[in-house]
Amino acid sequence: MDKADVEKIAHLARLAIDQKDIARYARDLSNILDLVKQMEKVETNEVIPMSHPLDATQRLRPDEITETNQREHFQKNAPLVDTGLYLVPKVIE
Amino acid sequence: MNWESVIGLEIHAQLATNSKIFSGASTRYGGEPNTQACAVDLGLPGVLPVLNREAVSMAVKFGLATASTIASRSVFARKNYFYPDLPKGYQISQYELPIVQGGHLDIQWEEAGSGSESETKSKRVGITRAHLEEDAGKSLHEDFQGMTGVDLNRAGTPLIEIVSEPDMRSAREAVAYMRKIHALVRYLEICDGNMQEGSFRCDANISIRPKGDEKLGTRTELKNLNSFRFVERAIEYEIERQIDVLETGGKVIQETRLYDPDNNETRPMRSKEEANDYRYFPDPDLLPVVVDADFVENIRDTLPELPDAKKSRFESEYGLSPIDAGLLTSGRELAEFYEKTVTASGGQAKLSANWIMVELAGALNKVGMDITESPVDAGMLGGLTRRIADGTLSGKLAKQVFDAMWKGEGHADDIIDAKGLRQVTDTGEIDGLIDEAIANNPAQVAQYRAGKDKLLGFFVGLIMKASKGKANPGKVNERLRTKLSE
Repeated sequence: MDKADVEKIAHLARLAIDQKDIARYARDLSNILDLVKQMEKVETNEVIPMSHPLDATQRLRPDEITETNQREHFQKNAPLVDTGLYLVPKVIE
Repeated sequence: MNWESVIGLEIHAQLATNSKIFSGASTRYGGEPNTQACAVDLGLPGVLPVLNREAVSMAVKFGLATASTIASRSVFARKNYFYPDLPKGYQISQYELPIVQGGHLDIQWEEAGSGSESETKSKRVGITRAHLEEDAGKSLHEDFQGMTGVDLNRAGTPLIEIVSEPDMRSAREAVAYMRKIHALVRYLEICDGNMQEGSFRCDANISIRPKGDEKLGTRTELKNLNSFRFVERAIEYEIERQIDVLETGGKVIQETRLYDPDNNETRPMRSKEEANDYRYFPDPDLLPVVVDADFVENIRDTLPELPDAKKSRFESEYGLSPIDAGLLTSGRELAEFYEKTVTASGGQAKLSANWIMVELAGALNKVGMDITESPVDAGMLGGLTRRIADGTLSGKLAKQVFDAMWKGEGHADDIIDAKGLRQVTDTGEIDGLIDEAIANNPAQVAQYRAGKDKLLGFFVGLIMKASKGKANPGKVNERLRTKLSE
């Protein structure tokens, strides 16, 4: 991983990173990827990929409306609202 | 050069559940902004999504109706991107293990044939997959204090995204496929299919290659296709555009383009909006979804008669042509209307089909209504075709009765009585009119008898007029010929 890779993934994750830390991140992340490369050598044809650490399956809920309108409550947290809408910096399409 | 276009569609269908896919908030359309967006939909810290059973059932239903494999184990993943209408910063979707895999759908469409007649073509379109996911909210770009307003009522509404194989070769085929999927989800009652409200949306992947080549060309993705007409136009435009690019020595760039219906053109989305680097990973909040054979079989038992099966039955049971049967089964409501009309008419299958497809469809079309809004219901139309079949009404009188029914003047029999529109079939009465016409026009009679056959129409016209249009035209013709040759 080089500087550009680190900057790209930081941007995708919207993480603000310090320029002086980039070299260290690149080194650490490369080490992790090296470990992955090492693990890729293990024969795993017989192993089912694990998508979740718990050995359980998803519980399903009945299709019922259980939530009430709590807009006022939730919008107390919002920096800006207008006629029920959350306001965000202009997004131009 | 001869080019071939290659088209695949991604259709998003909102599932008709009461509550959201991962929360108990209502999915009702048109509510006050953000009154149906709960803590789970807002992605507040500490919430846990719990999967809606009905959403799973509906996806399975779709899979069964398209001869797909239902994955006994499917997995939800996070699709990561940032946009204000996606509060969590990721969309919960399915990536590697979707619930519906590898099915197909047969489509039919009309194409100009070698002669003047159009030709009905058909093909099987592969369905790569259909996966469950949550919808995003809506951004409103009108000016709110110079900012964008966000309504998250739609966030978390269940969707299935239906991905086709790149099996279609023209805009027409793509529309036929889209219509078929649209009819299917409505038959299955898993989606209301309302395109204006965004319940049924479509993206198209399009590429061009020299005819005969195996290798696919570079594709573009078209978004914002919210009507059947736009899909057809946008694809046609995009095919032409790509051909132009290639024939002038350019290269098609892989990109997402938006269709602009006002100018009938496609435009590239700005590259910034296109971070196609979603970094999918399994969602740790959701466990693998397991559906067992019992679950699937119980759903199979609830499947209604599907469009293809209904079409075959209409052909065999009612003796309809494949085209008529296809048309009448294109929507569940239309098919039901037809069957009710046939019953009310006492079994007039072909007559009822014609009246629905010609007079009723024409009248509805004129005012932009669909069959569910028709002022003439199936019972009324059946009552009309019954009276045509038993000879009470001629075609011409039947149209008058239809117009009166359309205006809300009641049932066919009431209108016939009230307006005295009963057709005259009584031979004595008709003979009387004929005798009168013959007696009053000796010159024309002589000419007719001398071989001027065309004059028959002259006499028919006189007699019909004398009967105020109520004489049975077939009977008039028959009796007139006899009498004139006496």
